[in-house]
Order: sequence, then structure tokens, then C-alpha cells
Amino acid sequence: MERFQYTRARTIPEAIGIGAQATTAQQGAPVRFLAGGTTLVDLMKLNVEHPTRLVDINHLALNAIEHMPDGGLRIGALVRNAALAHDATVMKDYRVLSEALLSGASAQLRNVATTGGNLLQRTRCMYFRNTAMACNKREPGSGCSAIAGDNRSLAILGTSPQCIATNPSDMNVALAALDATVQVQGSKGERTIPFRDFHLLPGDTPHRETVLEPGDLVTHVTLAAPRAGATSRYLKLRDRASYEFALASAAVIVEVSGGRFGNVSIAMGGIGTKPWRMTAAEQALAGAPVDEATIVRAAKLALADAKPQSENGFKVELAQRCLAHALRLATGMAAS
Amino acid sequence: MRLTINGVPRDVPAGDHETLLAVIRERLQLTGTKEGCARGECGACTVLIDGRAAYSCLTLAAGCADSAVTTIEGLGRADALHPLQQAFIEQDALQCGFCTPGQLLAAAALIARTPRPSEDDVRVALSGNLCRCGTYPKLVRAVMQAAEMMRAEP
Repeated sequence: MERFQYTRARTIPEAIGIGAQATTAQQGAPVRFLAGGTTLVDLMKLNVEHPTRLVDINHLALNAIEHMPDGGLRIGALVRNAALAHDATVMKDYRVLSEALLSGASAQLRNVATTGGNLLQRTRCMYFRNTAMACNKREPGSGCSAIAGDNRSLAILGTSPQCIATNPSDMNVALAALDATVQVQGSKGERTIPFRDFHLLPGDTPHRETVLEPGDLVTHVTLAAPRAGATSRYLKLRDRASYEFALASAAVIVEVSGGRFGNVSIAMGGIGTKPWRMTAAEQALAGAPVDEATIVRAAKLALADAKPQSENGFKVELAQRCLAHALRLATGMAAS
Repeated sequence: MRLTINGVPRDVPAGDHETLLAVIRERLQLTGTKEGCARGECGACTVLIDGRAAYSCLTLAAGCADSAVTTIEGLGRADALHPLQQAFIEQDALQCGFCTPGQLLAAAALIARTPRPSEDDVRVALSGNLCRCGTYPKLVRAVMQAAEMMRAEP
């Protein structure tokens, strides 16, 4: 690991001030905020990230889960994944989020990894993680070794000729379905970013993954009040039953009344270059009868725009089956 | 930097770039904690930080100044084994032993949180610790036995 200057931030303005001195907050940023470090330290060891300055934000007062007057929940950026997953309110009212968090990583990582850090989790694409390989996300303009390479685990939605890397986070999939908002403080003040606008598609700039600018510090993630009567579930399919990234996952929040679907929110992971909201399938389900034919039709519709890579054609059907079964679980058509 | 390891405050001449694992092994010569993959995948470097299991290979020592770190040297003594260590011996839950310190600490964190774990609880809790000898069935039996022993003698 290359040497760096380590600073323990005592206040949010101090952290922002140091971060704002950088030229970018994206890949290769010279200043990085250190929270759990489970992604950052790993990538520094691999020389994928080589900041000259680390600002340790672990002692900022951003580790509370607060109940909001409108019935929602405000989650501090430093709340650890394990603490969030086991929070009584999250387990009861936002089951999809608790299940997503507990399906990710291992106990050791969940104890340390934070809400803000998980939001910014980097792809596991092996070409991104290996500096001997061409990767437009790591070194803009160097090419993409994954497109003609081992791309079994990579994306089938949101890809570009420059990048097919998958967003690896389970938490992000749940937050996408929950229509979370991200609170950011920066040198120009505070702002709130809808979750769907937070992550960027790779396009021609895969090294830009979020809308964050130098000095921007994610302070909170906020959830709206839980929908009365809604049921939510997270289903993750992978090569082994624990401690593995998703090949396909689905976060669903469904309302059912009189045998018909009401409002439905669906997001999927393991298949997109960012957490992927399935709006066409949501619209197809709203008002439709809760039965097998409806569910299968919606699942097929969800993947209609999928563009498989050379080695991951199986993901289209896997994702359809994943979504269909998540809907069966959420509606009680299947027991977990 | 000042670190509290197994209840003892230690002043350590370490750089800000050094991981907790490197400081524990190379500066403090506490070599029970193992370096396997060094990237948070194998669990051999597991320690307890403020009672919670964590990978010391991905943790910067500089960030641990206010924390209490427990390594395998702090779990039991040669003349007074921890129930988990006793159960690992009785169930023969190790072959080469390289992953054992991490397995023990991950299991200790599980039992502290879940005194009456199911076998599935054990499998999931230990899934962040790889054993290349493949002694997983015996690991599960040993942790179940230790949990029972610890419930019997509080």
C-alpha cells in the first residue's frame, strides 16, 4: 500500500474542507473519506485506489438511526450494516432493507461497513480490481477487458461499450425500491438527492459512478414512512448460500387488496451497472390479479431490455425467476 | 500510537498506513492472528474490535486508538482454555490449524450475541471464515457444543 497522510476529522466542516481540496471525488480521487474501509483499504492494497490523504470520519456524529416526525427514518452515514439490519424498526417496517443487508458480505464485514460506504461500494469486476488489465473505470480510455473476457458475473442492463461492471451492493437494491433519499453536505451547503439520481450509468465516463463532487460528504440516508399494509422482501441468488455477491437479486415492496396488486416497487441487483428499478414491471402489476400468470408476465417484461454479454446469457432467465419468486414470497403465494 | 490489545494498553511505533493485522503480528509479535488472503475474503485475520468480529487486514491500526481489540491470545489461557477452544479440541475441529484463531473469534462473537444458536446460525456466522482443510461439519459441532457448555456454566 502506498503511503498517505492520515487525518482524523473532528467536525463535518473539517472533513468537507479537506475533501474540497481534491480535483475529483470519483475514481482516483487524491482525498478519500475513511469509514469502515472494507472497500477502500482493499482497493488501496490492490493499487486500484491510491489517495495521498485519508480523512477518517469515524468519529463524526453520524451514527444514529432517527425516527422522523413524518413517520420516516433517518439513517446516519456511519451506522454499521449489522446495526442497521438488526434495528427493530428496520426489521419490522423495512424488512427488505434488513434482508438485503444480512444477505451481503460476512459478519466481520457487516460489523464494520457503513451505510454511506455501502452506498459507494465499488464493483467487484475482476478487471477493475486487477491493474494489469484494461479498464475504463479504473483508467479512463484504457479499454474494457471484460467485454471479451470472463464476464459471467457482470451486467446485462445499463451497459455501454466502455463498461459492463455490476454495482455489487445489496443494500442499494433495497434503497432503490424504497425510494430513499441521500443527504449530502458539501462546500456549497446541504442537498438532498433522490436515490435514482445518485448513481450514474457508465456511458462514456464509467469512472464517474455517483453525482458526488469534491468535498461532498454523505451524511444520511432517509426513508419515507413505511406504506401501510405493504409487504417487502429481498431475494438473492448466488453461487453459494452465504458470503457471495448476487448473480441476480430482487427487492420488492407490494400492496395487495382484494386479490389484486396495488402499488408495487421493484428494484434488482446483480444484473445492472447501477441498482435497477423495474418501472415497466411495476406498472404491469398495478391493478392486475395476484396470480402466477401475472407474476411471470411481469418478470419477463422486467428483463425485456436485457443485453447479455458473451458468458452471462443465463442471467436473463435467472433474473426473471428471481423476480417472480420474490413476488411469490411477498404475496404469500410461496413460503420462505 | 496507543492500542489496547487484550485489555493491556500498548504504545506502538507504527505508521498510519499499517493495518491492524500488521501491527498485531509484526510490531507486537502476537502471531496467533494469521494473514491469509489479506483482502477480507478468508477470515484468518479475524479479531474482536469492541467485542465485534472484524477483519484486521482491512482495518487501519490508526483508527483503533479508542477501541479495545481482542486477539486469539486474549480468548483463553493454556492452563484455562476458553470453552470454544476446549470444544474445538474435543470435536477435532481443525486439521492444519491456520484458520482456527479466526474461526474461534468469529464463533465467540456469535455466541456473545446468540447464546443459543442453531446449526444454520453457526454456518452463516462462520461463512466469512474459510477452512481449506474442509473441516466445516466439525466446526459446526464444536461451536454447538461450546455454546451448550457456556450456557451451563455462566
